[in-house]
Amino acid sequence: MLTYTLRRLFFAIPTLLVISFLIFALLDLSPGDPTSNLPLTIPPEVREQIRQSFGLGEPFMVRYLKWLHQFSINEPLNVLEQMTGWTIGDGGRMRVISWQTRSPVVDLIAERLPQTLWVVGLSYLLGILIAVPIGVLSAWKQYSWFDQFGTFFAMVGYSVPTFFTGLVFIMIFSVHLGWLPMIYDTNLKVTDLASFWLQVKQMAMPVMVLALYNAGQISRFMRASMLDNLNQDYVRTARAKGMGESKVLLVHVLRNSLIPVVTVIAIGVPQIFGGAIITEQIFRVNGLGQLLISGIQGTDIPLVQTLTFIFAILIVLFNLIADLLYGILDPRIRYD
Amino acid sequence: MISRGIFLGAAAASALCANAALAERGSDGQLNILYWQAVSTMNPYLSNGTKDIEGASLVLEPLARFDPEGNLVPYLVDEIPTRENGGISEDLTSITWVLSEGLLWSDGSPVTAEDVVFTWQYCTDPAGGCSQASNFAGIETVEALDARTVKVTFEKPTPYPYGAFVSVEAPVLQKAQFADCLGAKAAECTEANFNPIGTGPFVVTEFKANDVITLAANPNYRDAAKPAFANVVLKGGGDAASAARSVLETGEFDYAWNPQVEPEILAQMEAAGKGEILAAFGSLVERIHVNQTDPNPALGAERSTVGHPHPFLSDPQVVKALSLAIDREILVETGYGAGGRVTCNLIPAPEINASTNNDWCKAQDMEEAARLLDEAGWVKGGDGIRAKDGVRMSLLFQTSTSSVRQAAQALIKQWWGELGVEAELRQIDGSVFFGGDPGSPDTMQKFYADMEEFANEFSGTDPEAYLGDWVCSGIPSPETQWQGSNFSRFCEPEYDALFVELGRTAGAEARAAIIIKLNDMIVNSGAFIPLVHRGRISVKSNTLGGVDLNPWDSELWNAADWYRVKS
Repeated sequence: MLTYTLRRLFFAIPTLLVISFLIFALLDLSPGDPTSNLPLTIPPEVREQIRQSFGLGEPFMVRYLKWLHQFSINEPLNVLEQMTGWTIGDGGRMRVISWQTRSPVVDLIAERLPQTLWVVGLSYLLGILIAVPIGVLSAWKQYSWFDQFGTFFAMVGYSVPTFFTGLVFIMIFSVHLGWLPMIYDTNLKVTDLASFWLQVKQMAMPVMVLALYNAGQISRFMRASMLDNLNQDYVRTARAKGMGESKVLLVHVLRNSLIPVVTVIAIGVPQIFGGAIITEQIFRVNGLGQLLISGIQGTDIPLVQTLTFIFAILIVLFNLIADLLYGILDPRIRYD
Repeated sequence: MISRGIFLGAAAASALCANAALAERGSDGQLNILYWQAVSTMNPYLSNGTKDIEGASLVLEPLARFDPEGNLVPYLVDEIPTRENGGISEDLTSITWVLSEGLLWSDGSPVTAEDVVFTWQYCTDPAGGCSQASNFAGIETVEALDARTVKVTFEKPTPYPYGAFVSVEAPVLQKAQFADCLGAKAAECTEANFNPIGTGPFVVTEFKANDVITLAANPNYRDAAKPAFANVVLKGGGDAASAARSVLETGEFDYAWNPQVEPEILAQMEAAGKGEILAAFGSLVERIHVNQTDPNPALGAERSTVGHPHPFLSDPQVVKALSLAIDREILVETGYGAGGRVTCNLIPAPEINASTNNDWCKAQDMEEAARLLDEAGWVKGGDGIRAKDGVRMSLLFQTSTSSVRQAAQALIKQWWGELGVEAELRQIDGSVFFGGDPGSPDTMQKFYADMEEFANEFSGTDPEAYLGDWVCSGIPSPETQWQGSNFSRFCEPEYDALFVELGRTAGAEARAAIIIKLNDMIVNSGAFIPLVHRGRISVKSNTLGGVDLNPWDSELWNAADWYRVKS
């Protein structure tokens, strides 16, 4: 297992290098200009000077290697320094600088991470908590009214886009009823019961919208996997031996059915970090998804490159974790 | 000292807005402002868009700025230098500003002439990539004559010397804070760029880039009774429609910037009764540029260059007919609502510079348009399209992708169709169209089409540089790597001569006379079809008072005077 893990990690390095090159090249070659959001009153000479100050005068390979060096060596060292308080080198390292804000990209990401993890992470967790019971019961009582309802719920959750449910929720809960705020306050600090309640209120709508979407997807997987197992011989054996239905269902069938579902859940985790771009935008949660959108709109290429590459790393990493989890959950599978 | 400050403050407050006469600094709690394009930096010299400059205007101030009517008002000085008061030298080569007495930065240190000189050095350092460099163009040197006096010397006589240190685009930075941030180091000063020390009514307490900025009242603001608000939250992100909704329907925010929403939707939101729509008109004009050269692809590399005049659009009478066929009232109604009005000028404002000689375009007149084309010899063929000497009146009309522009294009195509002129429509993504990449065939500069629609304006209230776009040497061509802002390829020696004269003329009245002449020359040349004079739109809550929407400067220019309306 350990050698397998190490081998996989080792192979991830060339994969990530290729990905980093592709991301950098694609974004670099795409049309768009960092000064295109400036008013037309700014003359071309000034625009050219601004582009030069972003380092756009250098050749492509130099820019790529610089960025790769800043991202994969300088930034991790900075993080290490901040975490441990050590000083490594003279401290004068070049960092990846965002064009829009002219501040280090990694600082921007660190500032955004808590919002995204709270809102998107919580909605993922909530989605799972809703989806698993629905999936189990739907499979157990297949074609019952509950199953029909579960199927309807899953289809609605999965097929209605979040920008639509989000707007419907805003119209109902903010505009007509006035119960919930439509704008997320990223400055709110939870210090007492009152501020905790405010936090719950402002998180309610984005979390509900995303949880509905996630639950729709996962509950279908859960149901399908349960149905596969319910028809297996070992289930009949267990029932024949007089085991209680709840024990059959929850101990034997559920555990076996969870194996593929856990894989699906693990592979979906990078999405949390990617943020829910549209939902964050609608409720102004201003997490990583909104950061990515504003970077794309403002042609802030270093920011977009760095964020996209971090997502790529997370996807590679969680694919590995999913594979390893599979081995742990199912003792029949061994990678050595 | 303290009693004098209070007295002055109260006097100024009662003079400016009677309602808030007895307000006390910080007595009105929190002000919530929403800019759906989030603010990225508080340093206007490193900004990538209007939103950053506006956000910074809560903290940083220029020596003087424009009021909503376009007049200069002193901010950090006691009076505007003019030739009459000796502030501008007789030969027009220098201007001398005298800072008000006792000005303090928000950290309590005095504002000196050195800070002003430093601001000039900061923005003119070529490695810094300063976005506002054009405001400092043509300056030979800026020097501090004493602690409060700054002299700006120009390379040549400059009749309109109010570019540097004037308006939201060129505020004064504190030397002590930015001294180590010159040139290439500008981007490394994140702390200073996010939390600049200013003289304005507020100071940044927490800055979250592209998200939210929290500000508090400046304890050292020069007027002891202001600002009325103790805190400002400047939130960003999301979309324009929900920004308007948060002010007009839910009342969560007090003020929202630029709600670009269909006029009827905005009016519906206003009907909820929680807030109102504000509009103010600056210099922004939605227009059609008419290509004076032939964009025919058969010409290869020479298409849209001056060697090949356009087969029919170079005739002013034809273009006048096309202009008369447009019903501008309908364009305003469908696309802009309160944020638009009909215009027949390139320079629509300020009042003094606006021409009234072209008002023939205000009303649609199909009969006259048809008569003009008939007279010019263009007659309808069997297919309903006018033609002359084998040339059909068929044109390619391009614009940047935008629902409002596309709707306008469709309407105009229909009117021209009735007239017997065929139009093919084309939309190009804004980042390419405005991007100016010489390698792309789709830029506004290359103009590989017969007509193009977009909006343009000038900064400040003086249009000299803007009118300078239309001289012959400003024509984009392969020789200039397609740089230049004379998109229509308009070239008139008489215009160039009059423009040079404008550069030598001082005094608002005399300049206005020339500006109107230049404007009329362009409008009647057939190179330009004005469509809509576009205003700034903002929405504010009924509980917010003191807002005076300013089209010439920052919308937040007088945030020090804003107050909470007590019901």
